[in-house]
Amino acid sequence: MIAAITKISGHAPTLAWHTDTALPDSELVIIPGGFSHGDYLRAGAIAARAPVMKAVAQAAENGVRILGVCNGFQTLTESGLLPGALMRNAGLTFVCKEVKLQIANNQNPFTQLYQEGEIIRCPVAHHDGNYFADAKTLERIEGEGQVAFRYAEGSNPNGSLNDIAGIFNARGNVLGMMPHPENLVEPAHSGIDGKRLFQGALDLLEVEPA
Amino acid sequence: MKSFRADIRVTLKNGVLDPQGKAIEGALGSLGFDGVDQVRQGKTFDVTLNAKDKKAAETALTAMCEKLLANTVIEDYDVTVNQSDK
Repeated sequence: MIAAITKISGHAPTLAWHTDTALPDSELVIIPGGFSHGDYLRAGAIAARAPVMKAVAQAAENGVRILGVCNGFQTLTESGLLPGALMRNAGLTFVCKEVKLQIANNQNPFTQLYQEGEIIRCPVAHHDGNYFADAKTLERIEGEGQVAFRYAEGSNPNGSLNDIAGIFNARGNVLGMMPHPENLVEPAHSGIDGKRLFQGALDLLEVEPA
Repeated sequence: MKSFRADIRVTLKNGVLDPQGKAIEGALGSLGFDGVDQVRQGKTFDVTLNAKDKKAAETALTAMCEKLLANTVIEDYDVTVNQSDK
């Protein structure tokens, strides 16, 4: 994630530690994947209660863009910054492969450089990515355009309801997603489908043709 | 302050799919336990704590469940408090 951001933006990101109580001034806060705190109790549960998350919640409240990828998405749902929960994959196995993602809503900075309905490649690597929300919540997030990404037809790897792979908060400044766009941002990754997400999130709007 | 010992049970809400429970159910079936209707997997926590009285212990434990031990989006919890014998 650090390498991806550095390459895409030309600036190395400032790092925050889980015990920090304040974040540096930022236009984008990223909670990367990585089984923080061993996923003890539930995936992301301990991380969501780490001191730094109070500062993340404050940043979200202030309108700062927040991106949680994989374990970062789990941390955002566990902290209540995003609705729903991520449960054990329906097939019970860890999935590590490439999936196809459909852009469900591009009226948002994070997805602004994609076409709505566009299908992109993206790797996934997780054990607890099965998105669940109760019927009322699901209806609300679907109705409010809070679904950012769906697994394209036939590629749902984990049993997520409505094939949900990523969601926004109601305000649209917080995005959580299970797939790893940072792992597909340069030709050496065999593709750059994930790059536009970061360019959009950072408003780097001059995109070279894919 | 008195010492209390609590059993906390955290279980998936009804209607939330439990693939792990299903897999265990299947394994019990293959072992020949054919009367098993359903298995739901959950967690238990054995907590000892000091509190003014039983009510205060229950209040604290309920807050622990709400804030950390259970994810109330998908899980229910049940708290049983006993006076500790230590």
